Amino acid sequence: MFIILNMSPLWRTRGSASSRRSASSRRSGLLRGSGLLRGSGLLRGSGLLRDVALVCVADGLVGLSFGATTVAGGLPWWVPVAMSLLVFAGGSQFAAVGMVLAGGSPFAAVAAGAVLNTRLLPYGFAVADVVAAPERAGGGAATAGPTTAAGLRGWLIRLLGAQVITDESVAFALRATDPERRRSAFWTCGLMLFAVWNVSVLLGVLAGSVMRNTNALGLDVMFPAVVIALALPALADLRTRFSAGTGAVIAVALTPVLPAGLPVLAALVGLATGWRPRNSGSRANGSPTDGSPTDLRREAVDEPTGER
Amino acid sequence: MPLLAIVALAVVTYSFRLVGPLCRGRVTLPPAATVLFADAAAVLLIALAATSALTNGHDFAGWARPAGVLIAGILAARRAPFPVVVLAAACVTALLRLVGVA
Repeated sequence: MFIILNMSPLWRTRGSASSRRSASSRRSGLLRGSGLLRGSGLLRGSGLLRDVALVCVADGLVGLSFGATTVAGGLPWWVPVAMSLLVFAGGSQFAAVGMVLAGGSPFAAVAAGAVLNTRLLPYGFAVADVVAAPERAGGGAATAGPTTAAGLRGWLIRLLGAQVITDESVAFALRATDPERRRSAFWTCGLMLFAVWNVSVLLGVLAGSVMRNTNALGLDVMFPAVVIALALPALADLRTRFSAGTGAVIAVALTPVLPAGLPVLAALVGLATGWRPRNSGSRANGSPTDGSPTDLRREAVDEPTGER
Repeated sequence: MPLLAIVALAVVTYSFRLVGPLCRGRVTLPPAATVLFADAAAVLLIALAATSALTNGHDFAGWARPAGVLIAGILAARRAPFPVVVLAAACVTALLRLVGVA
């Protein structure tokens, strides 16, 4: 979902489950199902289900706080609900709502959310094979037009699958190696997250609309706390850290003078301070033909070790 | 937040998601672009966290909120579970306000 960059803080909670998972998913390879929409992925391997459930719990908390803080800030109930259904990218939802609540223009809010979601572009390339319909995933799906019933179904599945491309579903997909397992991991995580995210936002809206004096409960700190937790894993790289630090200083310094929303966008200037041509050896050694985000793939490989 | 803004963000977001699955095998994305997107997202998020921690409108937000965010940052850097990070931040800020720190 949204969640934003790589939600590695979430992975942390399931370190021990991950190691158990690898054993159980090897065993369950024999049980591999065939029908995507019949939920074969959901039935196969309790390890995957357990890991996805843990991520869903964590994201559910984020959804609760999103719904609660949005209506507590004074926006109507349908704003967080519609955003969660249509945008379904938590980081950009927090960003856009946060900027509007701070008095920023909707245009700046949309711009910030859109920039945040550009990371979904490389994600889409990385999981393009598992978003396609299973029977065509072996090849040739890209050329199949909506001319036959199977082709039409394949396109519908692809359009639906695109909406559940999130940090979490992509990370789960890249963690698995064989195509069938990648597919079931992606769909299991994507569909469950979509359900959990929207339900929890709705519950948050209900909670937020009955609470009084939310600041006394520290509710206003939840938004920056969530954003910090989401962004920190992306700061492993020193250069990125420098860019982000510069950007944050720029944004805070400009806040008293610029209209709300613009200082955060101005922080992108910080990118220039950290940008220099990198040697392609470490980052671009993935598969040059599919344009996969090799960073993510590397993290997906590292993650089950519990290092993160 | 007008409905039009939500729909605009949704359309932009969905098109980012759809390009990869539609172009599979025909178009590739340069690795430099991927890195740039990731960095831009990190810069925006940190700037957003900093401004929403420190400021309220055009003014300083008081000490309670940045203190909570600081705790969140420390816990997140130590890879505390996500719910712990968020709840600890809220507790610290709420307690500070309870004892009279704005």
